Amino acid sequence: MKTLKNLGYLLGLPVILILIWWAATLETENFFVPTPASLVETFAEVWFGERIFTDVLPSIGRLAVGVLVAIVIGVVGGVLIGSVRWLRALLEPTLEFFRAIPPPVLVPVLMLLMGITDTMKVVVIISGCIWPVLLNTIEGVRAVDPVLSDSAHTYGVDGWARVRYLVLPSASPQIMAGVRQSMSLGLILMVISEMFASSSGLGFAIVQFQRSFSIPEMWSGIVVLGLLGVGMSFIFQWAERNILRWYHGQKEVENAA
Amino acid sequence: MQPDPTQAAPEAMLSVRGLKKVYQTDGGDVEAVRNLTFDLRAGELACLVGPSGSGKTTLLKCISGLMAPTEGEVLLSGKRVSGPPKKMAVVFQEYGRSLFPWMRVRDNVELPLKNQGVPRAERDRLVDEALEAVGLSHVPRSYPWQLSGGMQQRVAIARAIAYQPEVLLMDEPFAAVDAQTRADLEDLIRTVWKKLGITILFVTHDIDESVYLGERVIILSSSPTVIQEDIAIDLPEERDQLETRSLPRFTELRHHVYEQIQLAKKGDRPAAAGTPSAGPTPAAASGADVA
Ligand SMILES: Nc1ncnc2c1ncn2[C@@H]1O[C@H](COP(=O)(O)OP(=O)(O)OP(=O)(O)O)[C@@H](O)[C@H]1O
Ligand SMILES: [Mg+2]
Repeated sequence: MKTLKNLGYLLGLPVILILIWWAATLETENFFVPTPASLVETFAEVWFGERIFTDVLPSIGRLAVGVLVAIVIGVVGGVLIGSVRWLRALLEPTLEFFRAIPPPVLVPVLMLLMGITDTMKVVVIISGCIWPVLLNTIEGVRAVDPVLSDSAHTYGVDGWARVRYLVLPSASPQIMAGVRQSMSLGLILMVISEMFASSSGLGFAIVQFQRSFSIPEMWSGIVVLGLLGVGMSFIFQWAERNILRWYHGQKEVENAA
Repeated sequence: MQPDPTQAAPEAMLSVRGLKKVYQTDGGDVEAVRNLTFDLRAGELACLVGPSGSGKTTLLKCISGLMAPTEGEVLLSGKRVSGPPKKMAVVFQEYGRSLFPWMRVRDNVELPLKNQGVPRAERDRLVDEALEAVGLSHVPRSYPWQLSGGMQQRVAIARAIAYQPEVLLMDEPFAAVDAQTRADLEDLIRTVWKKLGITILFVTHDIDESVYLGERVIILSSSPTVIQEDIAIDLPEERDQLETRSLPRFTELRHHVYEQIQLAKKGDRPAAAGTPSAGPTPAAASGADVA
């Protein structure tokens, strides 16, 4: 019963939107706006075939690698920069500069430097996704509670153990906030890196359809992107629930008080 | 770890020499501690009382090597303390912030042992014993924030006990617990102290507690802090919440400590080195009969 209700909440709005869309496209025949039925048909035709292997999976692969590498570099770098005072003083102004550069402008530059390769696209994704994670991690590491830090120190929890048991968990709420931003940025950058110059991928496919006026196909590509975003969001929420269970529990107790 | 009973009473376990601490803040320098000198013998249980803001926490932080003194030094078994010493545990005043909120109670108590590489079986035993001792063996899988303030403080105490330190520093550890639990914990501290033969420096603002618990009470003056008085508590070694507290000597001692604290609050400085007239003997004079 409960799952049924949850399912209702989950699908309620999408169903209503599709009904409105269906009603609106019932009478008129607009070339640029397909009907729901024709979109579903096209969707199946276009994406349940070879394209899964030539476009969808390569895109998801580059996205996953890019975002994961960005998270790893961001967390490792953030812990280092956040813990070492002189490193922070040295790097912070420069970081601000790099962060201010919109990652899409790097696409032409990286294209010249690295050619139109998978690596180039992954680097574009990394170069954008790293900043939210890095800067949030630095903040989180700096905000470690001094009493907790003293406790760890007196019990000899130093070095790697300190990072593992104190710094990382303590910074995890901020790190997860950074990861969330990175994931949506990653999706955008994945598409952009493929639109400029490419021979495969979701972004490439959508631009191709648009240029050849295959409008329902183009729309179906956009639906794929949306579904991809929803999938990522589910993965994130699952991870967050597990990693930050203590944090939400603590917040709840504090709010109740 | 256990003191060797065959050995003659060793000289100072913990030695605070001419300690001074000045905090540098934006609003200028704050002299928290002016000049403190005292020794704790191995196996001694001393209470430290003093008005709020007299630098008790500051002193503990210097002793535990978390903060460098401005002047003077702290010696542990004759060696100068420059960082947190291995065999020292501290129970902090801010109990709520001293436990890891992402770890369950049991993991909190276990972490220092695990980090030291204590074998699994021994670790389990120590943790179980410590949780049992503070009356928390029923909540090992809870998170600290699911517990009441007093329970959190007991977890912090359990963590310190399980660690089996040679020196235990406690900063107003019973401030958040109810009277009954408090009495139980006082007796627990004395039991642990006797069993492990550890040296304990116990900070409290409760005069009765300091007299009941300690073999010795060190009274601090108000800031800038010096030692107001250092008295030996010559009560029978077996302490009992009802009996000991109703002894005439207990009342005498607590009167004395109370008076001294009132003096300290008024800003009366101790006379150079005079012995107090009220009766209690200075700690240095008695001594060897303890532990
Ligand atoms: N980090 C700090 N920076 C500046 N001044 C400080 C700092 N910590 C403590 N002080 C000052 O030093 C003095 C002693 O503080 P401390 O916390 O040691 O007192 P206390 O005896 O523990 O008090 P309480 O009984 O209220 O816990 C106070 O005047 C306080 O304002
Ligand atoms: Mg204090």
